[in-house]
Amino acid sequence: MKIVVAIKQVPSRDAQLKIASSGKWIEEEDLSYEINEPDAYALEAGLQLQEKNGGEVVALCLGPARAGQTIREALAKGAARGIHIEEDDPGAFDALGTARVLAAALAGEKPDLILTGLQSDDLGYGQTGVILAELLGLPHATIIMQVEKQDGGIRVKRELEDGWFQHVEMPLPALLTIQSGFSKLRYATLMGIKKAKSKEIRRMTAAGLGPPGAPSIILDRVYLPERTKHTELFGGSPKEAAQKLVEKLKFEARVL
Amino acid sequence: MSILAVLQHSGQAWHRMSWETLAAAQQIAAQANTSVSAAVVAGGESAAGELAQKRLERVYSVEHELLSPYTPDGYSLALRQLIERVQPRLVLFPHTYQVRDFLPKLATSFGKVAVTDAIAHRVQDGAVIFVRQLFQGKVNVDVRFAGEAPNFASLQAGAYRADQVESGGAAAIEKFRPEIAAAQIRTKPLELFRESQRAVDLSAAEIIVSVGRGIQEASNIALVQQLADALGAELGASRPICDAGWLPMERQVGSSGQTVAPKMYLAIGISGAIQHLVGMKGSRTVVAINKDANAPIFEVADYGIVGDLFQVVPELIEAVKKAR
Repeated sequence: MKIVVAIKQVPSRDAQLKIASSGKWIEEEDLSYEINEPDAYALEAGLQLQEKNGGEVVALCLGPARAGQTIREALAKGAARGIHIEEDDPGAFDALGTARVLAAALAGEKPDLILTGLQSDDLGYGQTGVILAELLGLPHATIIMQVEKQDGGIRVKRELEDGWFQHVEMPLPALLTIQSGFSKLRYATLMGIKKAKSKEIRRMTAAGLGPPGAPSIILDRVYLPERTKHTELFGGSPKEAAQKLVEKLKFEARVL
Repeated sequence: MSILAVLQHSGQAWHRMSWETLAAAQQIAAQANTSVSAAVVAGGESAAGELAQKRLERVYSVEHELLSPYTPDGYSLALRQLIERVQPRLVLFPHTYQVRDFLPKLATSFGKVAVTDAIAHRVQDGAVIFVRQLFQGKVNVDVRFAGEAPNFASLQAGAYRADQVESGGAAAIEKFRPEIAAAQIRTKPLELFRESQRAVDLSAAEIIVSVGRGIQEASNIALVQQLADALGAELGASRPICDAGWLPMERQVGSSGQTVAPKMYLAIGISGAIQHLVGMKGSRTVVAINKDANAPIFEVADYGIVGDLFQVVPELIEAVKKAR
C-alpha cells in the first residue's frame, strides 16, 4: 500500500504569539516550530498501516525551508521518502490554493491512500484534506480513529459528536483526515535518525507546480481577542462566598 | 444578497446548533437588508413544517432515498444542485462534525473556500465579514470573501443564541428532489454506535459541572458529583481527567471532546487551557472555582471564587440545596 501523509509545520503549542506590524499575520521571528499535532497522528496511522500491509509512506509538506526539519523527523520515524514543496509564504494561499499545490505535487505518485490531520493548529480551517480529495476525485472520510484494510478497500472508524462513532467502508484510493489520539505516537530511534539522512527528499517549488488560483477568502486583519468579560469574584469565608454566588445565580443570572 | 441557511436534522431530531445558525442567518439578513431561506436535508415533512413557522422567505425540503444515511458524496451532490437552483449569495451552516465532513467538498465544487468555525460577523458596506479564531483561540482574524456568490461559512457552537430565532412566519415549503445515482455514493456508512453503556449527551444538558486537575485524586470526584446532583447537572471534565481514566472520555469537554453551550457551566479546579475553553465558552453563564486567581478560566467566567475547592464546594452544595 502506497500512503502519502500530508504534514504541516506550525508554531509550537506553547508559543507566545505577537501580531506582525502588518496586522496580517503573526510575528514569525523567534518562534519555534513543530509538526502540526493531528498530522503527527496521521503519520503514525500511515506508519502502522505500512508495517501491517507493506508498501511505503511518503511525507508531503508545503512550507518554507525550515519545514525541511519536520520532513526529516517524519523520515526518522519511518517514512520512506519526502516531498518538500518549498514556498516562503504559504500563508498567501487559502485552503483551496494549498490543496491545488499538493494535488499538483502528487501527479505521477498514484497513492492508494492519502492521510492528513483533521485540522491545523495555526489556521484551523479543517478543510485542506477534504478539498484535496475533491480535487483528486477521491472518496474521503474525516475525523478518523481507526483504519483497517479489507477486501476491496478499507474500513474506518469515524468519530461523531457526543460520543458516537461510525464505521464506514470505502474503496481505495481514498483520503482520510485523522483525529488526534488515534494511537500512541512513536519516537524516532537513533537508528531511524541515522537512516533518515540517506533518504530522498524531492524538492520542488509551489510556483513550479502552476498557479494556485486567486484566493476566495482573504484574511483582512489579525488581532488579539479582547477580553470582554469582567468576572465578578466573591470573597469572604468559603461559606459566605458560596452563599453570595448562589444568590447571584438565582436572582441575577437566573440559572437556578 | 439572499442567505440560505442549511440546517442539520438526523431524520429523528434537529441538531441543536441548527437554531443557532438560523438565528445568525436572520440577524445577518436584517443587517444586510436581504431575505433568508432555510434548507433541511432528509428531515422529512415534519421538520420542514416546523421550519416554515420561523420567519423565513422559503423552506427547501431536500429529499432523496440516497440521502439517508448521510454520506459526503450524497450531501455534496444534493446541495450543489439546490444552490444552483436557489442561487443564494451566502450559504450558512452550523459547524458540526457532519458539516466539517462535506462542506469543504461542496465549496470546492464551486471553486470556493468556506469560512469555517466563525464566531461572529459584521456587515460592512453590504458585505459580510466573519471573525474566526487562529492558533486555537489565541488570535482572531477578520475574513472576507474575495469572489462572487455563492460564498460559504459555518458557525461555531455557541457563537449565536438559539433562543433568538424569530418565529411568526408562514414560509412556503418547496420540495427539492436532487438527481443522484447510487454509483455516485462511494462510501458505505454502517450503523452508529457508542463505546460505553452509559451514553452521555453533554450538549443537551442545561447545567454542566466540570472537574479538572485541581481535584487531585479520582476518589475526590465524588464531591463534584454531589454538586452536580444538587444542581441537576451533568458531570463534565477537562482532558487530563479523562486521559487518566478517572472519568470516561464521553464526559470530556473541549476541542478533542464535546463542545457545549449550556445555560450554566461550572468549572471546578480547571485552569482553562484553550483546548478546554473552545469547548465551553459559548455557555450562557460561566462560574469558575480555582485557587489560582490568574488562571485563564477567569477570562471567560462571569462569576468566580478564588479559593480551595475542597472548602468551597461543600459550602456550595449546601447553599444550592437551600436555594432550590
